[in-house]
Amino acid sequence: MASLNKNTAKYIPFFVGWALLWIFIQWNVLLKFGITETEAIVDSYVSNILLAASCFLVFNNMKYYLPKNEKYWFILAISFVLSCVWLLVIRSMLWYIFKNDQHYTVTLQQSSTVRFGFAFLMIGCMSTISLLWYTQKDQQRTDTQQKEIQQLAKDAELFKLRQQLQPHFLFNSLNSISALTATQPEKARHMIQQLSDFLRGTLKKDDQHKNSLKEELQYLELYLDIEKVRFGHRLNTEISVEENIQQMELPSLILQPVVENAIKFGLYDTIGEVTISITAKKVDETLVVTVQNPFDAETAQPLQGKGFGLASIKRRLFLLFARQDLLQTKTEDNYFITTIIIPQII
Amino acid sequence: MKAIIIDDEPLARMMVKEYLQSYPDIEILQECNDGFEGIKAIQLYQPDLIFLDIQMPKINGFEMLELIDQPPQVIFTTAFEEYAIKAFETHAADYLLKPFSKERFDKAIQKLKTNTANNTQAIIETASQSPVQSNRIVVKDGGKIKIIPVTQIQYVEGADDYVKIHTADGVFLKKKTMQYFENSLQQQQFIRVHRSYIINTQLITRIDPHEKDSHLVLLSTGARLPVSKAGYAKLKEVLGI
Repeated sequence: MASLNKNTAKYIPFFVGWALLWIFIQWNVLLKFGITETEAIVDSYVSNILLAASCFLVFNNMKYYLPKNEKYWFILAISFVLSCVWLLVIRSMLWYIFKNDQHYTVTLQQSSTVRFGFAFLMIGCMSTISLLWYTQKDQQRTDTQQKEIQQLAKDAELFKLRQQLQPHFLFNSLNSISALTATQPEKARHMIQQLSDFLRGTLKKDDQHKNSLKEELQYLELYLDIEKVRFGHRLNTEISVEENIQQMELPSLILQPVVENAIKFGLYDTIGEVTISITAKKVDETLVVTVQNPFDAETAQPLQGKGFGLASIKRRLFLLFARQDLLQTKTEDNYFITTIIIPQII
Repeated sequence: MKAIIIDDEPLARMMVKEYLQSYPDIEILQECNDGFEGIKAIQLYQPDLIFLDIQMPKINGFEMLELIDQPPQVIFTTAFEEYAIKAFETHAADYLLKPFSKERFDKAIQKLKTNTANNTQAIIETASQSPVQSNRIVVKDGGKIKIIPVTQIQYVEGADDYVKIHTADGVFLKKKTMQYFENSLQQQQFIRVHRSYIINTQLITRIDPHEKDSHLVLLSTGARLPVSKAGYAKLKEVLGI
């Protein structure tokens, strides 16, 4: 009994009740055959307690050995063998106890077939139930493990996707700082400050973390300030945000890579000044952010806009929201427009 | 010594300028924002030395060098470690990784001054095999510079020491070998079917047997090109026939 866990323990009253019911039934049936009260009681108790013990044995046994192949033959065989043993035991015991009563021993002998049939059915039922029970438990355990593995893989992937800070951005920024140190040390210090704040943002660990639009835009400003120092007057930005949506939420650091992609695309595909426009608005309970950059339709590769930056954002949105349509790109005249849609989950 | 700095980031140019202050014998003739300005300035001033960034608007540093007939000595200044750093280890011109120190910069200049042989050409050859090149080709079209996405190439035809690049917009010449294009064009889409032809497999409409051991391929543009025995074997493999 010590090996029973809490979960199986709660089925014990039911099991005992079931045995008592059959003790009662058997006792009444035996009385009908003209057997004395004592004999009927002893008989039904001995038979049913031993039968219950056999059933319990089968149940407990299956905990450690669950047949994978030929399971129905296994049930038949175990039921048959146990029923035979059980019958042999109770017949010897009861015969020994009441061997002086001729009428009882004859009845005992005559009822052997019925007793065997009854025991076979009981043990058979019990082993089938045990088999299903443990198979299901096994399945549950596999399912939980599977889910855990999937969750882990998803977390790891999200983490990796978020970690993809472009090293060139870092090196080029450091180069700018290096250039500023001699002539404009104040400005260099300021840029170090900004770069540190930016890097600190990327180090936050929680992948499921949500930021308000306000926080996300502040972080974006930080990034844009650094880029503006690098590219000087060539880079301009326009940010327009609809009123009253500052508290809408989006996955942390999702905007910066989109804008980074737009800047790269814009700055390296055209000559002269470049304006990156960012708009945020609310559409049917979703937050819609668009980032627009100029490009040269003649020389741009059709695939260029789907470079690594955007592919990883799309993947990230898919992992978070299970939707493939949250990142869209289109070209209009000489503008490349990236739209991201963030559902607001409450 | 005459020098030109080509970099799209003003602060990066400032950095080089500042380091050069300790070399009165090196005169900075111009600073350029991009490759186009770079080409003009090089043609105008014929400098001895250029400081060149790789990632720049429109055309990158490698592509710019390809368009210059007699490139000067080059010191690359870039944050991109992955580009051809191996190639530069074996050649004398230098490759400075941003941000670089004054000591590293001095070393590059020293190396340059002691090494008079101009091996820029060799560097370009090796460096231009880098992945940055793989999706487009830059050519000179009269006085203009044209960028051709490789997907728009119909076929490449060899002709002496240059090649003809056939596109819907016309035929462009480039001073490169067939071998170079065979290596740098995407293997799946472009097959060298003949000593003198590399074709875009996407445009194939028909392949007919021609004389003994050879075939003729018909492109959707109407061009009929010869296919050698070896070329036919390669085509069969790629097209799965």
